[in-house]
Amino acid sequence: MSGGFTRRGDGVEIRLDVGEVAILRSLASQILGLVEPGAVGDDPLERALGIVDSAGPPDDPVLARFFPSAYREDPEAAGEFRRYTEASLRDGKRDDASTLMQTALPGKVRLDQEEAQAWLRSINDVRLALGVRLEVTEEIHEEVAAMSEDDERYPAFVTYDWLTFLQDSLVRALW
Amino acid sequence: MVYVASTAPVEVERPSADVRPDLPWLTIVWNDPVNLMSYVTYVFQTVFGYPKAKAEKLMLDVHHKGKAVVASGSREEMERDVQILHSYGLWATVQQDTA
Repeated sequence: MSGGFTRRGDGVEIRLDVGEVAILRSLASQILGLVEPGAVGDDPLERALGIVDSAGPPDDPVLARFFPSAYREDPEAAGEFRRYTEASLRDGKRDDASTLMQTALPGKVRLDQEEAQAWLRSINDVRLALGVRLEVTEEIHEEVAAMSEDDERYPAFVTYDWLTFLQDSLVRALW
Repeated sequence: MVYVASTAPVEVERPSADVRPDLPWLTIVWNDPVNLMSYVTYVFQTVFGYPKAKAEKLMLDVHHKGKAVVASGSREEMERDVQILHSYGLWATVQQDTA
């Protein structure tokens, strides 16, 4: 496993092996598969403004976590907020995942500030998606440590734990 | 130069009964089991420009109390904050102050 991120000038640096790159790229491509481009209404003006047609929360629990209701007790206001924001939020997540896919290469990886922010958000998206699917709790790290390697959930949990380490090291390198 | 054929906007006089107490709007962040304490602190610093100590205190409030008010202001400002927080994957909502 790599040693995590270190600060390098204005940006950050990490050394990744082939296996780690394969995992990151595969997970980023799954985010691209899950988050469709901001689907917008037929009205050309609404399309130009990025206003989405649908106003309800997504059925998929991962998408519902990515795009939560902004108003807990006011479905109408929540729908209105969603119509005006979800398209650009979707596009932002896709841009971040694309940056992760394009810049994750075996060997020494150097990221500028903008790329580092994209990695930070995209690794978090991947962790949110895995976290929802695996139903993780705050005690996940201890659970993984105690889990048998024969457990069928083991590879996914170990990957989640590695992404947690990666993200924490990226935050600390950027501070 | 573009010529715009229109009349001046009409001044609408609001009846005084329509004026409600101008309570501020709040941005609230809720606890979840995925987001890291370091990351949440970093996002509060980045998005709001808070010093690290203040960002850390708010993060701990979210962690221990389940939620925290992280900003207050106009409804438009709070909706903008919530959209940015959603882009970072934080679970954020808007509501009007009930105090």
